[in-house]
Amino acid sequence: MAKRDRLSGNEAVAEALRQINPDVMPAFPITPSTEIPQYFSKYCADGKVDTEFIPVESEHSAMSAAIGAESAGARTVSATSSAGMAYMWEELYLASANRLPLALALVNRALSGPININCDHSDSMGARDAGWIQLYAETNQEAYDNMVQAYRIAEHKDVRLPIMICQDGFITSHAVQNIMLMDDAEVKGFVGEYEPEHSLLKDTMAVGPYSVSNYYMEARRAQMEALRNAKAVVKAVGEEFGELTGRKYGWFEEYCMEDAEVAIVIIGSAAGTAKDAVDRLRKEGKKVGLIKVRMFRPFPGTEIAEALKNVKAVGLMDRTESFNDCCGPLGAEVTAALFRAKKQCEMINWVYGLGGRDVRVEDIEKVFADLYDAVENGTNDTYRYLGVRE
Amino acid sequence: MAYNFKEVMSRPERLAPGHRMCAGCGGTIAVRNVLRGLHEGDKAVIGNATGCLEVSTFTYPYVAYEDSYIHNAFENAGATMAGVEGAYNALRRKGKYNEKEKGQTKFITFGGDGGTYDIGFQSLSGAMERNHDMVYVCYDNGAYMNTGIQRSSATPMFADTTTTPVGTESNGKPQNRKDLATIIAAHDIPYVGQTTFTTNFKDLHTKAEKAIYTPGAAFLNIMAPCPRGWRYNTPDIMEICRLGIETCYWPLFEVIDGKWILNYEPKNKLPIEDWLKKQGRFKHLFQKGNEYLIEAFQKEVDRRWEDLLNKCN
Repeated sequence: MAKRDRLSGNEAVAEALRQINPDVMPAFPITPSTEIPQYFSKYCADGKVDTEFIPVESEHSAMSAAIGAESAGARTVSATSSAGMAYMWEELYLASANRLPLALALVNRALSGPININCDHSDSMGARDAGWIQLYAETNQEAYDNMVQAYRIAEHKDVRLPIMICQDGFITSHAVQNIMLMDDAEVKGFVGEYEPEHSLLKDTMAVGPYSVSNYYMEARRAQMEALRNAKAVVKAVGEEFGELTGRKYGWFEEYCMEDAEVAIVIIGSAAGTAKDAVDRLRKEGKKVGLIKVRMFRPFPGTEIAEALKNVKAVGLMDRTESFNDCCGPLGAEVTAALFRAKKQCEMINWVYGLGGRDVRVEDIEKVFADLYDAVENGTNDTYRYLGVRE
Repeated sequence: MAYNFKEVMSRPERLAPGHRMCAGCGGTIAVRNVLRGLHEGDKAVIGNATGCLEVSTFTYPYVAYEDSYIHNAFENAGATMAGVEGAYNALRRKGKYNEKEKGQTKFITFGGDGGTYDIGFQSLSGAMERNHDMVYVCYDNGAYMNTGIQRSSATPMFADTTTTPVGTESNGKPQNRKDLATIIAAHDIPYVGQTTFTTNFKDLHTKAEKAIYTPGAAFLNIMAPCPRGWRYNTPDIMEICRLGIETCYWPLFEVIDGKWILNYEPKNKLPIEDWLKKQGRFKHLFQKGNEYLIEAFQKEVDRRWEDLLNKCN
């Protein structure tokens, strides 16, 4: 029986992990993800799970140990944020290249500097080319649901890639929301046992070769194929999860898009605020809509372009700065997808919410006002900052 | 059981021939002989930091190990094996791994001095402090040989390396060598051993076996000469190792549960020149006017030897 509860996002993810009972969890604390290994090590101490918790001396070692554990045939998880993920960088690439379906609970936080503990997406967006599947959450419920679905996606035989379960630091990780929890047995049944085809312990096998030019490119190509396969698996697992819980998941969510003239594309918790702005403007009779991207890697570009085919202007909302002087990562992907789909409309890319900068409903209303202005008058000012003192 | 050289040497090779390490490489000799410490029927997961050993023994699609093997990156061999050992503990606890069918499984990881003393030091320290049931073996050839003989913190004082080249303003590496075995012993782990190649290999074989079968973390530091980096005549490797011991440059010792044990004390401690002069990397020390450098080297060897004797008494 599903159970209603009130949990923070970190509690919700830790709760999902308790229900999953993974084999190994190496982790190192960093704000705002610290609570996840804290809650989890208490589960270990109280015998609620029989996971091997490895309190490593750094995030680099957390991901290194995770790679060792997963290669040995153990279902493995870690958690981190910001600088912790930056310190794992090299290892993120090795986890995906070695085709290891481990999970990382990422609580998004700004990269230093200045040092800042609050939310933006610079950590995971920086790792967007590391070969991981990335799922993002708007709410605590979504963070929990994504965690429950993580291993079904990552361990699928056509995929076998690591997965990053992202949620927004403090905004969802620490704020308490109502949440529906699945029954323990239901989670166990849904996730299933991990039976890797090969492992260091079960077989005699070797992991992590040196590969010269005559093999490297084929390895990369094969890895890309696996990431491509993840797309269908994410959808299928999200649908199956929906049948079980009534909460269906896909690659992205369309909100009031059927007849939208202008729309925004956004990721994470700010989508909730933006939906309020959409509701207000709809009441005023404005045909505005929103696309919330859940899966950023692999990127469902064709489908997003299709969903945007009727809009006259689109606002692309990036919670990170790419330092390329033209667009953020989400802006780049959507613009390219629209171009490939031979779809032309006004496109303005906003950078917002860096280092935990508050995003208010009024801010998003201003975005829509600017988009309407661009429809009417056109604009060359396609890369803007929202809510910044200039 | 008494040490039986013939028996130990007749154990099957676990590092198969056909790998691409240099002829006469000390690293390979270290690996082959450490793995002879494994009992028949037992299985190992072998780890490896990036370095000569890794790129030469697991070049896709060929692998030279008879056991399972994992290379991850340069600086994380300790943490990677900690994860493998963690998986083993978890899977056994959950009844997903039946050791009875497979014999004991042991965890042995190898790193050069670059991956161990320097870039992998934190990862090693963490793995040792957490006391994972594993052996970390450093094959110490005293420089970053894989990238072309750059100095490391294991490089002896005054060695001519490609980042401490001898010149009009330089006598080679200015600093002393880091004493890693002592540092790891200070982690208070069950077993630390320092060894190298002796004529009957008894010291290395017995230490390897102890390290592998001591529950908890164990560390072995093995002086493993590199003919290219040290610039000696390749067949002289055994003589160089002997002189390393007889000059007290590389003493043989163990630290078992905090107790320091000296395994060999030379009857006549030889002057350090005897070890230095065999090696091209110290050639400049024998130029006229540089006698004071050899004196300084000797002083350092003496100081450390005295220190070790004090610890072992």
